Amino acid sequence: MTITSEPDTHTSGQPSDRLDAAALLSMLGEMLLIRRFEERCAQSYQQAKIGGFCHLYIGQEAVAVGSISALRDDDPIITAYRDHGHALARGMDPRLAMAEMFGKVTGCSKGKGGSMHLFDKEHHMYGGHAIVGGQCPLGVGIAFGIQYQQEDKVCVCYLGDGALNQGAFHEAMNLAAIWKLPILFVVENNQYSMGTHIARGTSMADDLSVKAGAYGMRYAECDGMGVLKVYDCFAKAAEQTRAGEGPCLINVETYRFKGHSMSDPQKYRTKEEVAEFEEHDCIQRLRRRLLDRHLATEEQILDLDEKAKKLALEAVKFAEESPATPVEEMFTDVYSQPFEPYRRGEAAEGFRE
Amino acid sequence: MTRKIQFREALNEAMCEEMERDERVFLMGEEVAYYNGAYKVSQGMLERFGARRVVDTPISETGFAGLGVGAAMYGLRPIIEFMSWSFCLVAADQIINNAPKMLYMSGGQFKVPIVFRGNNGAGGQLGSTHSWAVEAMFASVPGLKMAIPSTPRDGKGLLKTAIRDDDPVFFLESERMLGFGARGDADFSRYLHDDRWAPPAAEEDKEFLIPFGQADIKKEGADCTIVALGRPVHFALEAAEQLEKEGIDCEVIDPRTIRPLDIDTIVRSVRKTNYCVVVDQSWPFASIASEIAAQVYEQALDDLDNKIIRVNNDDVPAPYARNLEQEMLPNAKKIIEAVRAVTYRA
Ligand SMILES: Cc1ncc(C[n+]2csc(CCOP(=O)(O)OP(=O)(O)O)c2C)c(N)n1
Repeated sequence: MTITSEPDTHTSGQPSDRLDAAALLSMLGEMLLIRRFEERCAQSYQQAKIGGFCHLYIGQEAVAVGSISALRDDDPIITAYRDHGHALARGMDPRLAMAEMFGKVTGCSKGKGGSMHLFDKEHHMYGGHAIVGGQCPLGVGIAFGIQYQQEDKVCVCYLGDGALNQGAFHEAMNLAAIWKLPILFVVENNQYSMGTHIARGTSMADDLSVKAGAYGMRYAECDGMGVLKVYDCFAKAAEQTRAGEGPCLINVETYRFKGHSMSDPQKYRTKEEVAEFEEHDCIQRLRRRLLDRHLATEEQILDLDEKAKKLALEAVKFAEESPATPVEEMFTDVYSQPFEPYRRGEAAEGFRE
Repeated sequence: MTRKIQFREALNEAMCEEMERDERVFLMGEEVAYYNGAYKVSQGMLERFGARRVVDTPISETGFAGLGVGAAMYGLRPIIEFMSWSFCLVAADQIINNAPKMLYMSGGQFKVPIVFRGNNGAGGQLGSTHSWAVEAMFASVPGLKMAIPSTPRDGKGLLKTAIRDDDPVFFLESERMLGFGARGDADFSRYLHDDRWAPPAAEEDKEFLIPFGQADIKKEGADCTIVALGRPVHFALEAAEQLEKEGIDCEVIDPRTIRPLDIDTIVRSVRKTNYCVVVDQSWPFASIASEIAAQVYEQALDDLDNKIIRVNNDDVPAPYARNLEQEMLPNAKKIIEAVRAVTYRA
């Protein structure tokens, strides 16, 4: 499987055939929102308004948007620390995501989690998790909960290609396989874990199907720069899993256009390599498709982009104007049933049940 | 008439009662189902509740401990059994990085109502890898609760509370105590006779819950406070019996939970006796005993007529040889010597 810059060639009989112009535009809008949001994150980080580690999703937007569009709204998802895109695709208010990164009380975790730990219970987003691979057993637990309660849901657990080499990933794969749990493990294979190319750190890097094969698990792969390719792959995989066929490992080939985090001189790859992948930009690809097929006008698309820019800017404004997290919040949310000196907390306003 | 009950039976009762009461509660771990528990704590539970709720796992602590945390976030109430707490170390990221911090990092959105339980402390000549006492290592992590029962009564009451608690609870049992009670009164100190040993059966009281953060005075006394948790409580009581003959009347306090810690009861006792010995089956450096001693100094320095003495494991990896292992652990002899020394009767 290789990434192409073709405007998605039409193979009929795909789940995405059923997506009308409005649905496609909405996917484009979501990708644009993530892109513009991330650009504002970068800017705010450079202005020292965002602290800590901050990992941008630019280049990978089609993965979160394509996969989440193919799920039901109440299918739980869980991911790693490069999580802004998933949160937004899931429907988190960008203002609350940005406020979290600014460390404000209005943030999704009242400023206690930060960029790498975005949670949104209402939208079934079980968090960004910052220990590489650590979210995999959690995802399996969510899938266990689904099976235990005999629900019709599928859990989607995202991971970077670096997590393929963590024990937690392999233990999670094994448990999911022996119990046929309803979970999709999604490798967002952007080829690099920080500065280590997948071929340097991962055995059988050019054929990840063997990782699934080792556990007798279904395997699928798709071109992660094509949002409809991702959509089709996930629609099929989720349907099979929902039908009781157990877990699936999905290798999504993608690329991150920016550094690993905000402080990455990127000595491990050439500018030419990055430029080549930028040619395959998921946003441009969907845009071309919409125009080529007369499903949208240039104007409509510009409008969408303006809207995305506006939302991203508003998010920054909201975050800036929000009050800092009061020091009294320090001792809340440590325990649900607290004892001295802890106190019960209340989730941020947008996140109360 | 006191019930004759073993420690493992009391734990089993607690789990069964809570599983009857709440469909979301399930037990998961290595050999908990078909084998009926490596230490028979889950005897009969598979038959009673079925394989959906009593779940055997492969030897995969990171996997199933993390699964428990995810399931708890999703709304279930897992009991995760570690065959031994010594084996939890491979799952450290899940149990101390994920479970206790999820509520905080999610700003109050995701609670993690989970119980991790299993054997803690030296089992008997198992060598160093298998003889961990994990309390000192984990008790410093905010977000978790920790209970260390010393009697079947406390075991049942505290485990029921742990299962109903909305926060992650580390529940530390002792392989050496699971069979306690099999021979009736012969197994335990006379200070624990009558109702001090056995919990009520379900028919008597389905709501037998012991709140966290309430120390139990296992023996009242006027001359010296001995603080101990878990198995060392029995060493402390044995010492107290001996010392009674020497005319030293010890008060033995069992905090039962470390997080929360009922320091008030300990301080009150020290104010009365003016002497304090702390017994702890973990290593001395940065230990539970150190913490309790520090808190007593902070709150009751003026009431102390001598320094506090800590009786810990010796500061070495647990040796295999029987004589060395016994010498390494806290025991009645060491406690007696400590009490004599601290009360100036050495
Ligand atoms: C257990 C662990 N080790 C190391 C790190 C530091 N670290 C953070 S991200 C990262 C690279 C992970 O790459 P990958 O899984 O491919 O995800 P990507 O960054 O490409 O999204 C490393 C080494 C960590 N967070 N956790």
